[in-house]
Amino acid sequence: MKVEQYKILEKSKINDFINSLISFSKVAAPVYKGYNNYAFQEIKSADEVSLKYIPTIIPPKKYFMPQKETLLKFDVNEDLKIEPVVEYENLVLFGVHTCDIAGIKCLNMVLSDKPKDTGYLIRKKHITIIGLECNDYCDEYASCSFVGAHIPTTGYDLMFTELSDYFIVHIHSSKGSDIIEKTGLFKPAETVHIEELKALRNNKLKIFNNEVPTERRYLPDLFDRSFNASVWKELETKCLSCGNCTAVCPTCYCFDIKEEVDLTLKAGERYRVWFSCQLDPFAKVAGGIDFRRERSARQRHRFYRKFRYHIDRYGMIFCTGCGRCSRTCMAKINLKEVLTSLIKESEAKIWRKWL
Amino acid sequence: MAQVVIKDSPYNLKKARILDIKSLTEKEKLFKIAFENSSWLDFEPGQFIMVSLMGIGEIPVSICSSPLNRHYFEICVRAVGKVTNSLHKLNAGDIIGVRGPYGNGFPIKMIEGHDLLIIAGGLGLAPLRSLILYAIDNRRDFGEIHILFGCKTPGELLFADEIEEWSKRLDIHFACTVDRADPDWKGNVGLITSLIPGVDIDPARTYAAVVGPPVMYKFVIKELLAKGLPVDQILLSFERHMKCGMGKCGRCQIQNLYCCKDGPVFTFKEIMDMAEAL
Repeated sequence: MKVEQYKILEKSKINDFINSLISFSKVAAPVYKGYNNYAFQEIKSADEVSLKYIPTIIPPKKYFMPQKETLLKFDVNEDLKIEPVVEYENLVLFGVHTCDIAGIKCLNMVLSDKPKDTGYLIRKKHITIIGLECNDYCDEYASCSFVGAHIPTTGYDLMFTELSDYFIVHIHSSKGSDIIEKTGLFKPAETVHIEELKALRNNKLKIFNNEVPTERRYLPDLFDRSFNASVWKELETKCLSCGNCTAVCPTCYCFDIKEEVDLTLKAGERYRVWFSCQLDPFAKVAGGIDFRRERSARQRHRFYRKFRYHIDRYGMIFCTGCGRCSRTCMAKINLKEVLTSLIKESEAKIWRKWL
Repeated sequence: MAQVVIKDSPYNLKKARILDIKSLTEKEKLFKIAFENSSWLDFEPGQFIMVSLMGIGEIPVSICSSPLNRHYFEICVRAVGKVTNSLHKLNAGDIIGVRGPYGNGFPIKMIEGHDLLIIAGGLGLAPLRSLILYAIDNRRDFGEIHILFGCKTPGELLFADEIEEWSKRLDIHFACTVDRADPDWKGNVGLITSLIPGVDIDPARTYAAVVGPPVMYKFVIKELLAKGLPVDQILLSFERHMKCGMGKCGRCQIQNLYCCKDGPVFTFKEIMDMAEAL
């Protein structure tokens, strides 16, 4: 922790800071929507922001990979005209929790893999991420410490951490540094502030306990042995196959491509929309054959997609521990409970000795 | 929200003109296509392209011509859905959108110097035709070539003229079968698996390339293993629904593999322990 990479902002000045951001950029931040629901949306004043919030209904993924995104515009009048397009805007995302930053890092991994998703990369370049560290659990659904997303590491431009009567701010990019300079509200941090941050992080290790009774390094082995576990069969009767869990997941990126024509029937656009492996037509091929017909197989695919397959592909767990899937599930399928059941079921197997 | 045109979008399409359309069966047509800007499609047998009809949709289609032909490429399309039915209604001279090629194709450099056993079920002959034509064009790079082709009825026989030509060649062993014969059919009757035991191959130096409907694979693999073919010399090309063709949309995922990017050609060894693959 180099002291020169940190700045201090008095708590009383946080609204001034947000309003200052709004004065020079479009800003999106968590806003309370009632019934313990929050959403990232554009704000016009710092008063709208909820600094204390549980994960928003939809993660900030929506700004990086919009629910509906135009890929091509075409016009078949006379000569076929095809224009590949990208939609983007300059945006500051304020108050992003570390779990959601972890989610953006997952999207990054996939969409910058070759062939690069140029639309995503252009949009990302225009978005500034200002993080807000959680000093305590948001609620009982979170499992961020299990996946290691509870402490800020990378993937942001600025990271705000609330301490006694001030925020300590880590500057992680030149974009972040520019904002600090532009707003002119920050003071340099001193060693005492860094010590306070270290003490908070140490204390966090006590508050944030492994929420699932194993360690994440055992996940590949656990999942390698669990493909035929009865846990999946139990989900068959529970899951409603609504796709909510994947819609709210910060690391789900599967999509469908569709197109629409205008009234002339000659011109239109091709776009992509979020899609879900939990929905019936997802894995169907010609002839009506479905490679994941059962809901149990689809739920299993979701869990393997989070905790196993992408370790092989990208060396990363694609779960951020945000708890959205469990919070939103109409059938009360709980990610932590499913993992715990898997562990219990595998207890008789070899890897028990490691627990 | 700003919207800008980006030419390097991976979703960009190249305009291609249909040079010729030939009906192969009641449901299948062969399209001869060339790019409008006279560039050529550089591909390997077994790769696929995404074909677009603007306003209707985009589908993945195997390329079925020889990769050595640089003047045009061909696709064989069965009319089954919205896009394929619309494609069938097009005429020579019409323009379509194409992106690709995608996928890994058959590992030609690995196969060369070995014997080749082609097993095609129905429309599976389309991607394999590309491999067959390549092997014929480079006949001396391959040892024995066996082609087994099976379809449901004689009316569904694809590339009938070429099949006749292949069956007459002295340097190719060709056998064909239909599940259900008609009175004019003089050839074999039975599933494609019934042809395999009779093929005289040296399993140690043979690569088998198998493409067909999903139901076919398990049975064909069983016969090939019974023949003694090593698991890494059985090459399978899988059909999955693909929307992007480049490992993003998730539709064609088989466990940790993307059919579009890691496949569509896999060795049996790669997928033998994978549920949901076969």
